[in-house]
Amino acid sequence: MAEHALASLSAELDDVSLARSRDLRRQRITTVIRYTVLTLVGLIMIYPLVWLIGASFKTNSEIFANPGFWPSKPTLDGYISGWKTSTPYSFGTFFLNTLWIVLPKMIGTAISCTAVAYGFARFEFPFKKLLFATLIATLLLPNVVTRIPQYLLFRDLGWLDTFLPLWVPSALAGDAFFVFMLVQFLRAIPRDMEEAARVDGANTWQVLVFIIIPLLMPALISVCLFQFMWTMNDFLGPLIYISSVEKFPVSLALKLSIDTTEAFEWNRVLAMSVLALTPALAVFFLAQKYFIDGISAGGIKG
Amino acid sequence: MSGDNRYLGLLYLSPYILGLLVFTTLPFVVSLYLSFTDYNLMSAPIFTGLDNYIRLFTADRTFRKSLWVTLIYVFTTVPLKLAFALFVAVILNYKLKFINVFRTAFYVPSILGGSIAIAVLWRYMFADVGLVNMALGMIGLEPVNWFGDPVNALFTITLLRLWQFGSAMVIFLAALQSIDKNLYEAASIDGAGKWKSFVHITLPLITPVIFFNLIMQMVQAFQEFNGPYIITQGGPLKATYLLPIYIYDEAFKRFDMGYASAIAWVLFVIIMALTLIAFWSSRHWVYYAGDKRS
Repeated sequence: MAEHALASLSAELDDVSLARSRDLRRQRITTVIRYTVLTLVGLIMIYPLVWLIGASFKTNSEIFANPGFWPSKPTLDGYISGWKTSTPYSFGTFFLNTLWIVLPKMIGTAISCTAVAYGFARFEFPFKKLLFATLIATLLLPNVVTRIPQYLLFRDLGWLDTFLPLWVPSALAGDAFFVFMLVQFLRAIPRDMEEAARVDGANTWQVLVFIIIPLLMPALISVCLFQFMWTMNDFLGPLIYISSVEKFPVSLALKLSIDTTEAFEWNRVLAMSVLALTPALAVFFLAQKYFIDGISAGGIKG
Repeated sequence: MSGDNRYLGLLYLSPYILGLLVFTTLPFVVSLYLSFTDYNLMSAPIFTGLDNYIRLFTADRTFRKSLWVTLIYVFTTVPLKLAFALFVAVILNYKLKFINVFRTAFYVPSILGGSIAIAVLWRYMFADVGLVNMALGMIGLEPVNWFGDPVNALFTITLLRLWQFGSAMVIFLAALQSIDKNLYEAASIDGAGKWKSFVHITLPLITPVIFFNLIMQMVQAFQEFNGPYIITQGGPLKATYLLPIYIYDEAFKRFDMGYASAIAWVLFVIIMALTLIAFWSSRHWVYYAGDKRS
């Protein structure tokens, strides 16, 4: 009896361990498949950028002859002659122009969007629902319809060929997405500290500056970083409003360099493209967390 | 904050309200008016009634072509991008080592988004002797005439935007990670396989973010400008001459502001109609947890 029971028990155990090892093997195979897919996709994602960097150090004849990353005879020629450009200005000027567009825009966005989000998240007032609905609607509103009248308005104000059309709408909380994102963040923050401060006699302005803004810091960093990226990448705005070359940001200067560079001088354009991407890439790698948190919290764009 | 002046909130909103009136509402109305006028910036706009719209729909072959190309572009790019983003997000949702490395690699192209440098890169990659044809040659395939052929040219722009699937992916991933794992265990005890659990558990639970991504990607795709403007210059044979480029040319190269406004309004109405259809249909397929309706 006992022997019989033992035998059947050990048979059962064999079955179990067989099933388990089958499971394990299947799991290992799916893991391998997953990594293979991810690695392949990852290579396709990154290789164009890697190739671009390599190509910017190649000679013109090599760019279209060698698909590999390493240049056979590395040269800085693309960077040196590309930087000079065919205009009286160097890329240094264009980078400073970009910076001069980006910084005020970031500051204006951060200040105005914080105030507006605070208003929406913490106060009751007439037309609140209607105004919040318009905020959501402007998120979806394609700006293709407002662009022409905006241009006419800026022309009448005498703002063409200045940075004002790029700065002012952002300083008036024009990027609805950021307001929306900050409202979402604020709604998740408990109000205890604010109420305690109010009991101690602080006014709403002091609550905003001393309590809300420190709590909102991570979200504000996300906002600034996204605005930085979008403005660096913005092309249509400067294309419409900026006409003198001395005020061109990098995006317009790059377009100009493909238009004016004579044939067979690709390495200049590629080298300047690498430089144009460098600030965005550097900022991204320094602050990845804020981008990914920001995008999954507000969920948008790109 | 009770006890405060009930207009205090509006004070904090004042920059927004000012901006809304001056840079959105007013231009919105003016744009509609301009679309019924002939206005070349030289003299005051002349009201011409429906002339612009009649010209668009009866006489203008460029418009018809441009509209057609835009619709093809949007209806191929958006579904492909969402499907791909979801596919990768599902793979990334398992516990794997180095997951952050992959996530970052997939996200980098999106963050560089509309950058002109990326459009320049694309232009060189798909050139006759560019990287893509070199790679095809290495695996024994014939080079493809990317920019000479109308279908291929539009496809290079689609490929660029597919390459930037990362932000849709991050949103999908966040949604996938918030799904309660017990649901899958319960399903597997009931004998459901992986595919069945995906279709009956995962998909319904992430319909809100599918809907969100769909709307955002669609509105964005309809306004694509940088890609075709830099990579293909709208060619060949206007095969990549998307409506935003047509509007730009009419307004800022030919200074035909009235006609450009009319095109913009047609584009706007199409986007709004599709958005409304999506919102209307969402009642039937978007599931919100805790929603009493379902």
